[in-house]
Amino acid sequence: MSFVVDSVIMFTSQVLFFGFGWLFFMRQLFKDYEVRQYVVQVVFSVTFAFSCTMFELIIFEILGALSSSSRYFHWKLNLYVILLVLIFVVPFYIGYFVVSNIRLLQRQRLLFACMVWFTFMYFFWKLGDPFPILSPKHGILSIEQLISRVGVIGVTLMALLSGFGAVNCPYTYMSYFLRNVTDSDILALERRLLQTMDMIVSKKKRIAMTRRQMYQRGEDQNKQTGFWNMIKSVTSTQAGSENLSLIQQEVDALEELSRQLFLETVDLQATKERIEYSKTFQGKYFNFLGYFFSIYCVWKIFMATINIVFDRVGKTDPVTRGIEITVNYLGIQFDVKFWSQHISFILVGIIIVTSIRGLLITLTKFFYAISSSKSSNVIVLVLAQIMGMYFVSSVLLMRMSMPLEYRSIVSEVLGELQFNFYHRWFDVIFLREKTGKQVTGTLNLWKAHQKIWQGSRGN
Amino acid sequence: MASLDRVKVLVLGDSGVGKSSLVHLLCQNQVLGNPSWTVGCSVDVRVQDYKEGTPDEKTYYIELWDVGGSVGSSSSVKSTRAVFYNSVNGIILVHDLTNKKSSQNLYRWSLEALNKDSSPTGVIVSNGDYDREQFAENPVPLLLIGTKFDQIPENKRSEVLNRTAFLSEDFNAEEINLVCARVVLFSLKFSLST
Repeated sequence: MSFVVDSVIMFTSQVLFFGFGWLFFMRQLFKDYEVRQYVVQVVFSVTFAFSCTMFELIIFEILGALSSSSRYFHWKLNLYVILLVLIFVVPFYIGYFVVSNIRLLQRQRLLFACMVWFTFMYFFWKLGDPFPILSPKHGILSIEQLISRVGVIGVTLMALLSGFGAVNCPYTYMSYFLRNVTDSDILALERRLLQTMDMIVSKKKRIAMTRRQMYQRGEDQNKQTGFWNMIKSVTSTQAGSENLSLIQQEVDALEELSRQLFLETVDLQATKERIEYSKTFQGKYFNFLGYFFSIYCVWKIFMATINIVFDRVGKTDPVTRGIEITVNYLGIQFDVKFWSQHISFILVGIIIVTSIRGLLITLTKFFYAISSSKSSNVIVLVLAQIMGMYFVSSVLLMRMSMPLEYRSIVSEVLGELQFNFYHRWFDVIFLREKTGKQVTGTLNLWKAHQKIWQGSRGN
Repeated sequence: MASLDRVKVLVLGDSGVGKSSLVHLLCQNQVLGNPSWTVGCSVDVRVQDYKEGTPDEKTYYIELWDVGGSVGSSSSVKSTRAVFYNSVNGIILVHDLTNKKSSQNLYRWSLEALNKDSSPTGVIVSNGDYDREQFAENPVPLLLIGTKFDQIPENKRSEVLNRTAFLSEDFNAEEINLVCARVVLFSLKFSLST
């Protein structure tokens, strides 16, 4: 009886998550496009719904809600479904839509989509070879194999995203990095842009008028015959067309310049808006957060380095360690079991909510930046794939933040995965990404400075 | 050559509806082979004989300013785009007949181009909802062009033409504009389907 009740609860929550994913898709992602293939929307919402259900099961695990057998059953079910979606459905549709965009392969769409999918499966399988995940006890198509590979990709993604976020966040929020842009700078650049456009227009007018005159002359000349007139027509048109090609080259160069000026103006406008924003209260608050966050990032890099150098993976989770510290050093006595449950619930809840929210915001920004009306379907599916893999590996990594008694369900369901390996892998990628990003970040900043100041002060 | 009068016409519309192809067709009399994204603004010029054949015949340079981007761009892009909207003599609004969103976005495009004086930061003053009042006193003539007509299956064509009829009415385009839009539609159909 309780199993039926539990299943109903799970199903209702899944429907809710599905609805939320649907709305998010329609309102945020596809705001400016028309949804022609509803398949894409359904697949995205399904991935989102099942990922969120996994998080929900962890929360239930901590709270002790629902009976443990039905929790276990739902874990297994959920995992199978999400693996099915991430490994079979989404890649197949990605291949299908990519192939549909290419005009040559239109006829045999299904065939080529299947071929793309088989290539994906091959590389996906090969991915597992260099890592210590294959253990002789389990068969080929077992859940451990698939999860382990998904875990590797997802953890890499997570580390890359965190590394990127860690460097980008201070840069975006802190006003220290903002150059001083005045209105007159922007006006000067806009004036240059309009001057360039005027030059392009006058040259194009010359081309159009020359062409028109050539055309009219050509008509007149067709009426005249005679040897001398034919020679004259050859030489004059040659001179005309050479002149034209020269002007055309100048026009091409000017058009390239106008594009550069346009992009620089957009850049300056954006910087000016950020300066204005930083003067508001919200801006100051984020500025402060930026300082705080960069200190946290430095600490995290330090910890990652120590972990790798001293070959150590944190054995206890922060909750238990925090409680130990308070009990042992501060002498405060309280009911450990009771508090550890609540605190870990809050901590895990915060991690889940912020990671979902952060991921959705990043996905939206990314989508706006690179999508066009042709590629929007493919990009949304790629984002759904990233989202699914990210959430699956969050579950893997979250295991470390939970006290021992709650880790059991995750370990039980996911089998004998080498969890420590994943933590080490995360640290490595995070570190590499972060130092790489910082170096390129500072280089880019310096280069941008040079370019803009050279351009706006006049060559 | 430079003594001819000039007419500046903006060509606005969503990304990918075919503005660059349209401008290329009008100015170079040939189909654009490899369309790519327009960054910023690309201008082309057409020499047009106004009232050809009559004693009032006059030759003009028609400058077609093809402004790239989408209505949902960030405000920095919008304020930069606004420099192109100065002293405009006419606006061509282009929408894709196979994509309903592009027709809906035309309201926002026209508001952006016409409201440029009242909001120097480029932020749209109204909330984007259509307001017929704003178009009633509009001195700038509008022309609506729908592209990719040949990509619509036969059975949906009359429905699409109905929709565009309502659209031109909403913009307070006069009857002649509606007919012109349709004529351009059909002629575009024949020439763009190559």
